[in-house]
Amino acid sequence: MNIKYIAKKTGTLIITLLIVSFLSFLAFQIIPGDAALSKLGTAATAEKAEALRQEMGLNQPVLVRYGRWLADFVRGDMGTSYSYSMPVREMIGSKLPITLAITMISFLMILILSVPLGLLAGKHEGKSLDRALTVVNQIVMSVPGFFLGILITYLFGLVLKWFVPGGYISYTESFSGFLIYLIPPCIAIALPKCAMGVKMLRGSVIQELQSDYVRTAISRGCRENTVLYRHVLRNALIPVLTFWAMTIADIVAGSIIIEQVFTIPGLGTMLITSISNRDYPVVQCIIVLIAGLVVIVNFIVDLLYRRIDPRITGQ
Amino acid sequence: MKRVQKSKMFVLLGLLTLTIVLGGCQDKKDSGKDSSTDKSSQTTKTEPTMGGSIVVGIPQDIEDSLDPHKAVAAGTKEILFNIFEGLVKPDETGNFIDAVAESHAISDDGKTYTFTLREGIKFHNGADVTVDDVKYSIERCADTSNGEPLVSAFSNIAGVETPDGKTVVIHLTEADTEFLAYLTTAIIPKDNENPDTDPIGTGPFQYVSRSPQENIIVKKFADYWGTPAYLDEVTFKVLSDSNAIVTGLKGGSIDMFARIDSTQSAELKDDFTIYEGSMNLIQALYLNNAVEPFNNIKVRQAMCYAVNRQEVMDMIADGKGTAIGSSMFPAFGKYYVPELADMYPQDVTKAKELLAEAGYPDGFDMTITVPSNYQQHVDTAQVLKEQLKQIGINAEIQLIEWDSWLSDVYANRDYQSTVVGVDASALTGGALLERFTSDSPVNFINFKNEKYDSLYQEIKKTTDDARQVELYKEMETILAEDAANVYIEDMACEVALNPEYDGYVFYPLYVQDMAKIYKIKE
Repeated sequence: MNIKYIAKKTGTLIITLLIVSFLSFLAFQIIPGDAALSKLGTAATAEKAEALRQEMGLNQPVLVRYGRWLADFVRGDMGTSYSYSMPVREMIGSKLPITLAITMISFLMILILSVPLGLLAGKHEGKSLDRALTVVNQIVMSVPGFFLGILITYLFGLVLKWFVPGGYISYTESFSGFLIYLIPPCIAIALPKCAMGVKMLRGSVIQELQSDYVRTAISRGCRENTVLYRHVLRNALIPVLTFWAMTIADIVAGSIIIEQVFTIPGLGTMLITSISNRDYPVVQCIIVLIAGLVVIVNFIVDLLYRRIDPRITGQ
Repeated sequence: MKRVQKSKMFVLLGLLTLTIVLGGCQDKKDSGKDSSTDKSSQTTKTEPTMGGSIVVGIPQDIEDSLDPHKAVAAGTKEILFNIFEGLVKPDETGNFIDAVAESHAISDDGKTYTFTLREGIKFHNGADVTVDDVKYSIERCADTSNGEPLVSAFSNIAGVETPDGKTVVIHLTEADTEFLAYLTTAIIPKDNENPDTDPIGTGPFQYVSRSPQENIIVKKFADYWGTPAYLDEVTFKVLSDSNAIVTGLKGGSIDMFARIDSTQSAELKDDFTIYEGSMNLIQALYLNNAVEPFNNIKVRQAMCYAVNRQEVMDMIADGKGTAIGSSMFPAFGKYYVPELADMYPQDVTKAKELLAEAGYPDGFDMTITVPSNYQQHVDTAQVLKEQLKQIGINAEIQLIEWDSWLSDVYANRDYQSTVVGVDASALTGGALLERFTSDSPVNFINFKNEKYDSLYQEIKKTTDDARQVELYKEMETILAEDAANVYIEDMACEVALNPEYDGYVFYPLYVQDMAKIYKIKE
C-alpha cells in the first residue's frame, strides 16, 4: 500500500463525484418543469413563477448555479430544500441511518446465508443437496426484490400478522422496533442477491477444488474440510468479492424501490419525491452520497483483495 | 422522440409517487342509491369519547410550504385547515362562520368589510391575537412587491384600518360581495420569524413536528376558542403508494384514508366504515381551444356528442360519480345548472355529421396528455380513446409526470388535450368561472368568448346577489354551448375510517376536519 495508490484512488473519487453531480445538475435542465412551478402548482401564473424563480435564484445560468452549489458543498453547506425549507444536511442526516441500516442488515444476511450454502453446494457438487439448492436458487434469483417484498407483506404481514405492514417505527422512537421492522424488507432485498452469491461461490469452489494444489494437499494427507476452509475458500472468494462489492451498490439502488413497497421514509423515498418536485439541492446531495458510497466500497474491496491474496499488488 | 423517452421514464416515477390531488370531498346530496344514508344513521348512535389519537394516511407530503399563505397544493391546505383559521372559515354546508372574528358586517355598497376580533382568542404559542396580527396577515397576502399578491383577490384591497384594539376594517377598491370567501386567509402572528418551518395559528390543532416523507404530527390546542377537538393527537402519515394505502389500513398502521378508489373501497368495505361523497372537481377532457382542430366549435361539439359519460363512470368507478356539462359542480347548488349535463347525449351520427361539416369527414389524429399519477384520469382517457374512435378520431394517450404537466400543459399551454380535474380554490362562483375569461393567466385552454368576458365584467360590478347568480349561470351555459371542453363528471370520493372512530364530515372544499372525528365509546 503506497501513498501514490491512495492519491490515485482519491483522485478517482473526486472526479467521479464531480461528473455525477454535474450530470444530475444538467438533467434538471433537460426535464420540463422547475422547483418554482412545482411549488406553485395550479396557482402558478407567469408572474408568480418568475418572482419565485428570482427568489430561489433559479433564473441564473446553469453553470453559475452549479458553480455556486459546488462551492457551497465543498464548504460543507448542502443548501436548503425548496420543498421543505429545511437544511438539506438535516433532512439527509435523519434519513441516512435508515438507508445505512437497510444496506448493512441486507448485506449481513447475504453473507451469513450465501457463504455456507455456497460452500456446501460446491463441496457436494452433483449430489441431491446441491441439486435441490440449485433449483431453489433459480427460483429465488428470478423473482425481483420488489415483488418478493409484496409477497412478504401479504404473507407475513396480512395473513400471518408477524409484522404491521406500513407500520414503520422511527429509530428515534424505538431502535429495536426500527430494526425489527426492517427485517422483512431486508429479506426481500437480500434473498435474490443471496441466491446469486450462492451460485457464484459454488462455481468458484468447484473450480478451485479441481486445482492442482487441492489434489496435492489431499494427497499429503490434509483432511478435506481443512483444505476447503483453509485454502479453497480463500481463493474462491476473490471473484465473489467483486460480486459483493457490486451487491452493496445494488442494495442501495434496490432499497429505493423496496422503501416504496414497505413505506419506509428513507433516502430512496426522498430521492424520488425530490426528483418529482425538482428539489435539486436534495437530489444532488443524495446522488453524490450514493456515488461516493459506491466508489468507497470499491476502494475497500481493492484493499481486501490484497489481504486475501498478497499476490495482487498496486498495478 | 426525446419527449417520448422522457415521458416513459417519468411514467415509472409517476407510478411510484403521487403529488398534489385536486378537488375536495363533500357528502353526496342524492344518496338514495348508496350506503351513506345508513352510515349517517349510524353516526347518530355512536357516543364520542374525549382523547385518543389517530393516524391518517395522506397521498403526498407537504412539499410547498407550511406557511399557510404560501401553501398552494390542495393536499397541503386540507391539513393546514386544522391548524389555521381566517377571520371567517367555511363550515360543512359551505357557509362562512366567524372564526378569528367574533362578528362581521358588510356595507351595502360591498366596499367595506368590518370585523370585530374575538374576545380572548389566542395563538398556539399562547400569545393573544391582536388587530395588528390581522392587519399584518392581510397586508402580507396583499403585498405586490413580488409582482402579484399571494392571494390574487387581495389586489382589490385599498387599505386595512384598525380604529381600535378590537376592530379591523377592510376597504376595497371595487365592490365585491363575494369577498368574504377570501377572508378565510389564515391569521398568523406578525412576530413569527419562521412561518415556513414553525407554523403558528389559531385552529383546533397545533403543529408538533414533521419528518419529511414520513409524517406530520399535530396535537389538540387546549386554549381553542370554539368546540375543542376530541382527539389529543393526529398523525398524518405519508403513503405515496396506492398498495401501501390498502395494506396500511388492513394491517392497522393507519386508521383513515380520505381518497380511496372504487377497487380499494370494495376491498376494504367489510372492515372499515366507508363514507361516500363527491370530489367537487370538474373532470373533463380539456381542449386547447387555440390549436387545430379544437379551435373549431363543431369539432368540439362533435367530440361532446361522441362521449358517453355514464360509460366512463361505469368503467372507472363502478358507475359512481355525477355527470356534468359545464365548469360547475353540483355542490355549488346556488350556481349549478343541472340541465347542462344533458346538452350532449351520446349521438354518433350527429357527431359524424358535425365533424364532416367542420371539414374532417374521416376524423383526425390527436394526443391526450394525462398526468400519470392520477390513475382515475388515466383510466378515463382510455375509455375516451375508445369512444372517440367511433367517430374516426384516433387519440393517442401520452402519460406525463405531474411536474411536466404543470409546466408543459398548465403553464406553457403546449398541448392538444388533457384529462384532469379542476377544483375551486374558494367558495365563489368566480373561483371556477373566472379562469376561462380570455385574459386570465390560468386560462390554460385558451378559451375566448367576448360575451363570456363581458358577463364576468358585469358580475364584478353587480352587488345584487340574485343578479350575480343569474350571470354566473349564463357563463356556465356559454361554456357548455361552445363545448369549451368535453365535460365528464364530478368524481365520487370515498373515505375509509377505522370503525373505532366516527364523526367524519364532508366539506364542499378540500379539507379534512379532524376536530370532528372522535373515538367511539365502547
